[in-house]
Amino acid sequence: MRYTPHTDADRRAMMATIGIADVAELFADVPAAYRFPPLNLPAPLTEMEVARELEALAEENTHMGQVACFLGAGAYNHFIPAVVDVVISRSEFYTAYTPYQPEISQGTLQAMFEYQSMVAALTGMDAANASHYDGATAVAEAVIMALHVHRPPRKKVLLSPVLHPQYRAVVRTYTQGMGLRILGDEQPDTDFHALAALCDEETAVVVVQNPDFLGQLHSPAEMRDLAAAVHAHGALLAVSVDPISLGLFTPPGAYGADIVTAEGQALGNSLSFGGPYLGIFAFRNELVRRSSGRLVGETVDADGACGYVLTLSTREQHIRRGKATSNICTNQGLNALAAAVYLAVMGKQGLRKVAELCWHKAHYAADRIAAIPGYEVLAPKPFFKEFVVRCPRPVADINRFLLDEYGIIGGYDLSHDYPHLGQAMLLCVTEMNTTDEIEDLVQALNEVTESRLIPLEEVF
Amino acid sequence: MEPFIYDLSRPGRRGVDMPDPDVPLTPLPSEYLRDDLPLPEINEAEVVRHYIRLSQKNYAVDKGFYPLGSCTMKYNPKINERMARLPGFAQIHPLQDPSTVQGAMQLMYELQQMLAEIAGLAAVSLQPAAGAHGELSGVLIMRAAQVARGQGHRHKILVPDSAHGTNPASTTMSGLTVVEIPSGADGNVDMDALKAQLDDQVVGLMITNPSTLGLFEQHIVEVCRLVHEAGGFVYGDGANLNAIMGIARPGDLGIDVLHFNLHKTFSTPHGGGGPGSGPVGVTAELADFLPGPIVAQNEAGEYVWMMPARSIGRVKAFHGNFGMHVRAYTYIRMHGAEGLRRVSEDAVLNANYLQALLKQRGDYPIPHGDRFCMHEFVAQGRIAGAEGVHTLDIAKRLIDYGFHPPTIYFPLIVPEALMIEPTETETKETLDAFADALTAIAHEARTDPERLHTAPHTAPVRRLDEVRAARQPILARVPGREPA
Repeated sequence: MRYTPHTDADRRAMMATIGIADVAELFADVPAAYRFPPLNLPAPLTEMEVARELEALAEENTHMGQVACFLGAGAYNHFIPAVVDVVISRSEFYTAYTPYQPEISQGTLQAMFEYQSMVAALTGMDAANASHYDGATAVAEAVIMALHVHRPPRKKVLLSPVLHPQYRAVVRTYTQGMGLRILGDEQPDTDFHALAALCDEETAVVVVQNPDFLGQLHSPAEMRDLAAAVHAHGALLAVSVDPISLGLFTPPGAYGADIVTAEGQALGNSLSFGGPYLGIFAFRNELVRRSSGRLVGETVDADGACGYVLTLSTREQHIRRGKATSNICTNQGLNALAAAVYLAVMGKQGLRKVAELCWHKAHYAADRIAAIPGYEVLAPKPFFKEFVVRCPRPVADINRFLLDEYGIIGGYDLSHDYPHLGQAMLLCVTEMNTTDEIEDLVQALNEVTESRLIPLEEVF
Repeated sequence: MEPFIYDLSRPGRRGVDMPDPDVPLTPLPSEYLRDDLPLPEINEAEVVRHYIRLSQKNYAVDKGFYPLGSCTMKYNPKINERMARLPGFAQIHPLQDPSTVQGAMQLMYELQQMLAEIAGLAAVSLQPAAGAHGELSGVLIMRAAQVARGQGHRHKILVPDSAHGTNPASTTMSGLTVVEIPSGADGNVDMDALKAQLDDQVVGLMITNPSTLGLFEQHIVEVCRLVHEAGGFVYGDGANLNAIMGIARPGDLGIDVLHFNLHKTFSTPHGGGGPGSGPVGVTAELADFLPGPIVAQNEAGEYVWMMPARSIGRVKAFHGNFGMHVRAYTYIRMHGAEGLRRVSEDAVLNANYLQALLKQRGDYPIPHGDRFCMHEFVAQGRIAGAEGVHTLDIAKRLIDYGFHPPTIYFPLIVPEALMIEPTETETKETLDAFADALTAIAHEARTDPERLHTAPHTAPVRRLDEVRAARQPILARVPGREPA
């Protein structure tokens, strides 16, 4: 076996040192009735064979290189510079673990400190942790952190109905044993003003998303009003953002957010069918000792030279056990590294350019679609790269047509999460979508309205 | 000293050129725009050099022996990386129509089945992103199942004092109460202490088997029987599964819920802290409570998303760390049943060989050295004749000898602990060299302790001031702002 190096001679020598004649003797503590169960697994394959099997499985999937994609809803097809994969493919990064021994982990530690710094810069917050699992669990951790800011802990949490539906679900899963009242998202049209009106002295935190799940941008003025109303009751404001949008738009730190979370996948991480992704988690300085997750801090070594260490560990499970701020141990370090490399190489100009491309292309697509008879773009506010289109037919039917006839992956079907919008889809346009793809989409949507879905031959 | 990223920045430099928009422009809403975007401006080559130089300051499995106890730092096969990067896996969207991702769903389905088979359990959810995430899922499953039985008043989770800190932390997050159970002198759970806590308030017991002492719990079947009799469930912390694949199946022994660490046992890389993957498996009785959606197969043989009937809910957006699922699937397919048993046998053989070498030489006490260990063992950094030397000094000196130190000061119940997990991918020569280094360090400890107190001497930095880092935390530096 290539991954277990021992020769028979090695094994004999090692067993002699231990004082056994058979490896099985090492397992005498396992009850005999249950020892060495046969496992019903497929026969082993060599590397050559396993590659063939996996390539066959991979080929059954329709991937971004084969189709035009207008699907977003929390996972985004953005450009990834080649540099990113070169860095995260370095064994020195990806085969290390949590930097418990800082003297031989300065690479990871400095890269994480720089990640925290660039996330603080991007979000306008004081500090950031070294990552959570994804955008959803980052929101759940923000909620849990906010509960304990008050003594006794507050038990009411307000969630905006236009916070990602899966993020709201994860908050409810995480906190199901905590006896909380989670409100605000029962009515799909509860806007931020109405949400602020639900805030009171029992409320620990108000969580909103900007741009929201339906793509709408909430202005700095609207956000400042929300923050003021929330803070008037001593509650915290947590904002979930699209990090690419921050290449252009006012960061939450500038309008009063206490905690900022984000799905960081868009920053240099591949779509990868939903994971591994990156939970970005940034906060104001006053909250640092209540924050969850790993934190890298700057310090000096015995010679006075600058260096980096994991710090404030007394918040964490391996020290504080049942009283820790979170149970998180393994995080998404390599995804955070990818995001750091992405931010460094894109830089000030590049990230702004990506955000501008998304803006212009999405608005162009929305304008063209709005002109098709039977379609309505629902965008009362400015939007960034996603927008809602009300359609003349069920979204599932339209998406099937787009895929089968045009090789287009259409938008997210909103009919389950937001039935009040009717037959509506959430379309996403990024810098990856070419003008030709947008024209194809427009043409395809046009064709669908003309009742030529069946039989398909009549379409052409 | 590698410069801080922002110190490489010069106004006007670029690392990437993006195309200009090829559509009519839409005016930007000025009142929404940010004033400044304080990101660095660096050309591509300097970015690459910065990160390559940083990488060279890291120790890693691909550089050498990394016996970090409890973390299973085995070699990560390179084919795993290539497979996870296939466009058909890396470039698919999690919300695509299932008909367009049947290959990915088949992989997940088969991984669910294979993990269930290895653990002797009925059903698996791949959604949790890490071990602690799987634990949280598992505790919530036990809680929900008690509520469903009309036992919602139960609130106690029993946790042995040797457990990973994530066990009590996950319990607290679930809104339940941690009750600590002491270990006996033999390293097993203290049965009398356990029995004393088994009442009608118990939700379940969390047990790590093999334990963090590296010992197989000799009373495991009895422990599970007693907990079940009291109406509780038994949660198995799968962090140490690398010792028992094909040796014993947790489900056969009476475990009801178990999480898997794909980044330990199944060779997915640790990534400098993550990503991991922490699937959770359960018995048939608990299958309806799994987090989801999970992958099921319909009558037509198609793979579909299925939310278990009484699911605790989703614990993460989308379906879990799929890139890790691909790697673990690759690993299991390359090993098969016999290969996995060989992995565990050799992991245990290596640990016992190293334990035997250290026992023979006698420099480091091994509290349970009278028993065979499993995949790891716990020694103590208490060297006779060198009383001023501590485990931390020994660990730092090992760095000078070219090794990553073991896990130190854990488990908490062993003073001056050195928790050593060699894994099966190491050669006899490596284990011999590591034992020789420990022997040499013990000699130095007696003759030149200062050399240990001031170690490491060959690392990129000297010993770092962790107290200062915590007293005056600096967690970010952004140009134009005070450090925060």
